[in-house]
Amino acid sequence: MKKLDRNQMAARVARDIPEGSYVNLGIGLPTLVADHLPKGREIILHSENGVLGVGPKPATGEEDEDLINAGKEPVTLLAGGAFFHHADSFAMIRGRHLDFAVLGAFQVSVAGDLANWHTGGPDAIPAVGGAMDLAMGAKKVFVMMEHLTKKGESKIVERCTYPLTGARCVNRIYTDLAVIDVKPEGLHVVDMVDGLSFEELQRLSGVPLKRLATAA
Amino acid sequence: MIDKFFASAQAALADVPDGATIMIGGFGGAGMPVALIDALIAQGARGLTIVNNNAGNGDTGLAALIGAKRVRKILCSFPRQSDSWHFDRAYRAGELELELVPQGTLAERIRAAGAGIGAFYTPTGFGTDLAKGKETRRIGDRDYVLEYPIHADYAIIKADRADRWGNLAYRKTARNFAPIMAAAAKCTVVQVRETVELGALDPETVVTPGIFVRRVVKVASSLRKAA
Repeated sequence: MKKLDRNQMAARVARDIPEGSYVNLGIGLPTLVADHLPKGREIILHSENGVLGVGPKPATGEEDEDLINAGKEPVTLLAGGAFFHHADSFAMIRGRHLDFAVLGAFQVSVAGDLANWHTGGPDAIPAVGGAMDLAMGAKKVFVMMEHLTKKGESKIVERCTYPLTGARCVNRIYTDLAVIDVKPEGLHVVDMVDGLSFEELQRLSGVPLKRLATAA
Repeated sequence: MIDKFFASAQAALADVPDGATIMIGGFGGAGMPVALIDALIAQGARGLTIVNNNAGNGDTGLAALIGAKRVRKILCSFPRQSDSWHFDRAYRAGELELELVPQGTLAERIRAAGAGIGAFYTPTGFGTDLAKGKETRRIGDRDYVLEYPIHADYAIIKADRADRWGNLAYRKTARNFAPIMAAAAKCTVVQVRETVELGALDPETVVTPGIFVRRVVKVASSLRKAA
């Protein structure tokens, strides 16, 4: 079995984002998706801090301190892009105008509950940002995460043990092992990496999975 | 004659009392009114309640205000950052109180204050720890959390250009929270790069009309890359 690396995961997510979509990419791993969007597809990226039409990173020396993304990294603006204030930006999110949010996660439950903002540890400083708004507001929520923790435990769980970001909000999970749809009747495996059997994926995941007829 | 221009940041913030609630514009460094914050530190008001998206980065701006021990409480969505050491230390030492608010709820609570809204229901946060103890209500087929406006005594924000009536135009993502904070505070103080004659701002590009602005200070622009 060959696990996907971060860029391969990003490319796999990017493949599923259709022409014309409005998309918010979360901080961290999801940001990589921008580099893999198929050329020739017009997809408009939203950033919570008030941008539609986020473009690629500027060349070194061309950074503008007034033009950043939600991760506070310098970005550029595409022709046709727009700026707006924070209340409008979150109206776009909460008001169900965004087609996709791609978010990182600590855990996702079989019911589609998402935990990605706080470990709940006694000394941890909590920070939520726009995660709860994106989880509840985007028309479709895609999660991108490694399938297993460093200790080898499944991040897809019966019930989240970390504090929730949103309940029943995740539509699809992309991991380094598989793509899994969250449906009312359970988790459906859409895709698996080469060399991984359904039985092995089932064993690693520890929660009941169903196999779509089309899954490899 | 209406003239909202002030000669200095010090003069524009001279009357801030101890214990004031102050909204500070900016998202990270973009739109952070650093000159006004420096003047606030020099002015000396303490026991402040601060509203910002973050809790300071590095050693300047809001981070410096926290470092100077002027902040009693902070309402924000994302305090923890790789360079939020002043906040981290003060928070762990129990020196300041944190009210963590989801970013969209923070924006809407500020907007609601400026718009005269008494409270609103939002789906954000339902079923999470950040909605604990709050009223909830099922409307149609969704669950919502009741959230209240955030009012402020002062808003200190940064804009790009202003005229003497206080009309403001912004630059790129430096706009972020500034327009809604300007409306939510009793006294809005603005740091601008350039002041212009009445009529010089295209009325179609005025983002914050002067009715929301009380004081404007021109601050020499720090070096920045051209657009």
